Amino acid sequence: MTPLAEFRAVSFVYPRGAAGRPPFELRELSFSVAPGEVLGLIGPNAAGKTTVIRLLSRVLSPSRGAIMIGGEPASALGRAAVARRIAVVPQDVPHGFPYTVEQLVLMGRFPHAPARFFESREDLRIAREAMALTGIESLAAEPLEHLSGGERQRVVLARALAQQPRLLVLDEPTAHLDLRYQAECVALLRRLHRDEGLGILLVSHDLNLAAEVSDRLLLLAGGSAVKVGPPEEVLEETVLEAVYGCRVMVDKHPATRRPTVNVLWPDGR
Amino acid sequence: MTAAARLAWICGGLAILLVAVAMGSLLVGAAPVSPGIVLDVITGRGPAVGTDRTVVLSIRLPRIAAAMLAGGALAVAGAGFQALTRNPLAEPSILGVSAGAAFGVVLAQVSGLGQGVVEALGLTVFGFTGAAVAGLAVYLIASSAAGLPVHTLLLAGVIVGIFFSAAITVLISIVDANRLGGVIHWLLGSVAPIPPSQLAIFALATVAGVWLVLGQARALNLLALGEEGAIELGVDALRVKRRIFMGAALLTGTVVAFVGPIGFVGLIVPQVFRMLLGPDNRILVPAAFLGGGAFLLAADTLARIVVAPAELSVGVLTSFCGAPFFIWLLRSRVARVAP
Repeated sequence: MTPLAEFRAVSFVYPRGAAGRPPFELRELSFSVAPGEVLGLIGPNAAGKTTVIRLLSRVLSPSRGAIMIGGEPASALGRAAVARRIAVVPQDVPHGFPYTVEQLVLMGRFPHAPARFFESREDLRIAREAMALTGIESLAAEPLEHLSGGERQRVVLARALAQQPRLLVLDEPTAHLDLRYQAECVALLRRLHRDEGLGILLVSHDLNLAAEVSDRLLLLAGGSAVKVGPPEEVLEETVLEAVYGCRVMVDKHPATRRPTVNVLWPDGR
Repeated sequence: MTAAARLAWICGGLAILLVAVAMGSLLVGAAPVSPGIVLDVITGRGPAVGTDRTVVLSIRLPRIAAAMLAGGALAVAGAGFQALTRNPLAEPSILGVSAGAAFGVVLAQVSGLGQGVVEALGLTVFGFTGAAVAGLAVYLIASSAAGLPVHTLLLAGVIVGIFFSAAITVLISIVDANRLGGVIHWLLGSVAPIPPSQLAIFALATVAGVWLVLGQARALNLLALGEEGAIELGVDALRVKRRIFMGAALLTGTVVAFVGPIGFVGLIVPQVFRMLLGPDNRILVPAAFLGGGAFLLAADTLARIVVAPAELSVGVLTSFCGAPFFIWLLRSRVARVAP
C-alpha cells in the first residue's frame, strides 16, 4: 500500500538560530504513515516535532531528502492539493478577527475549490457533518472568541475533518482539554480512524495518550529519530531516561495493557 | 440565508443609499440651481446649453463621480491593508502609503506633467509607484521574526509618512511656486471636477484595484488565521499577499493622483462595516466600496456647503471625523488584539 505520507532522509536547517544558539537541525529523518495507521510522534521540547508538521504541510521545504504525499513528491503538489490530503489540527487559532464557528469550519473547504468565491451547498453540508461529529453544532453561530479552550479545539478539529483529508495531523490534541473531553477526543479519534480509515499522525507530549492510541511510535530527539516501533518497544525505561534526562518507570495500563510512563520525581523517597 | 443572498441584500441597500446621497449632492452647491432644473438636465429634458447645464453636468456630476470612486477605493484599500497586516488600525494614510503616493504625484507634476489623458495616466503610475515604495519601506522597517507587531507597524508608518511629507516640501520649495498653484489645496485632499476622459482612467484603475483585492477575499479570510495556518489550509499566502498589496497600493496611488491624500476613510469605513457585518472579507470589501463611496460623497457635499461660497478640503473633514475614531479604536480594540 502506498504510504499516506513518507519522509525519505529529510534534512532541514533553519536559516538562523534564535539569539546566538546554533540553528535547529533535522537530520536525515525517514518514516512513513500507512493508510489507517496511527503514528505517534513523541519527544522532548526542541526534538523537531513542530518542524515535521511544518515540512508536511509545506510551510517549510526540506534542505535535503524528499517528502512523498500519497506516493507523489510534495514539491510537485500545489498547496491546495496538499491541503486536500493532509489536514493539520493546530493547538489553537489566533484571536483578533471574530469569525463564527461555522465560518471557521467552512474554511476547511477552501482547498477543494480555491477559486470559488462562496462555498457551495455541498461545502456547507460537509462542514455541518464535521461539526456534528465533534459535537459543536449548537455553537455554529457563536463567535470563536466566546468559546472555551476545549470548545475551540473541537472547532479546529471539525475544520480539519471538513477538509476530508486522508491524513490527519494532530498537534497536541488534548492540550486544552479536561479529562472528560480528553476521553471524548480519544474516542472520536478511534471512531474516525475505524470508520473513515483516516491515517493519523499524533504529535504529543503526552506519552500515555500516544501509547494508548498509536499503532507505532516515533521517538524524536534533537532532530533525529531515536526509535520507531510499537509502543511497548519504544517506551523503554533506559531509552526514555536517556532522551528526557529524568528517571521514569514504565508500567502497564490496568485496563488496556498498553504501556504507561510515570515520572519518578527527583525529590521522591 | 446564504452568504451570497446576504451579500446581495447588503449591496442592494448600500447602492440605494449611494444613489440617494448622490441625488442630494446634485441638488446642492454654490450656484443656485433649482431641483426641477437639475432633474430636467439629468433626464435630458433641459436646455441643450446654458449655465445650469454646465453646473450640473460638467461640475457637480463629475465631482460626485470622483468622490464616490475615491471613497470606495480608499475604503477597499483600507480593508486590504487591515487584512494583510492583521492590524485593525492599518490604513493608507496612517501607514504612510498615501504620503508616498503624494510624493510620486508631486514629482510627476514637478517634472512637467500637465493636464490631459496621457498625463492622468502618468500621474496614476507615479502615484502607484510612490505608494508601493512607501508600503514596502513600512513593511521592511516593521517586520520582524514575530511578524508585524501592531505598534511597530504604526510607528514605521508614521516615520515613512513624515519622510515623504518632508520630501514633498523640498520639491515644492525648489520649484517655481506658480507651477504648483493648487498643490497645497490638493495635498489636504480635495475633490475637484475631473474631465470625462480622466474620470475614465480613475474608474478603470479603481476597478482593477478592487478586483485584485476582492478576487482574494476568501483567501484573505484564511490569512487572518496567520500565514502558517493559511498555508496549512491550502492558501498560496505569498501570492495572496502580493495581490492584495498591489491592489491596495494601486487604489491608494490612484486616489492620491486624482483627489489628493484623503485620510482616515480607509480606517473608518472598513471598521464600521466590520462591526456591523462581521469579518468576512467577501461581504466586507464590496460593502466598504459602496459605503466608502457614500461616506466620502456625503463628506464632500458637506465640504462644499458648510462654508459656502468658500470651500473646505474634504480631507480636513475626514480627518476631523477620523482622528477621534482612531483614538477610540486604539484605546478599545488594540488593547485586546496587540501581542
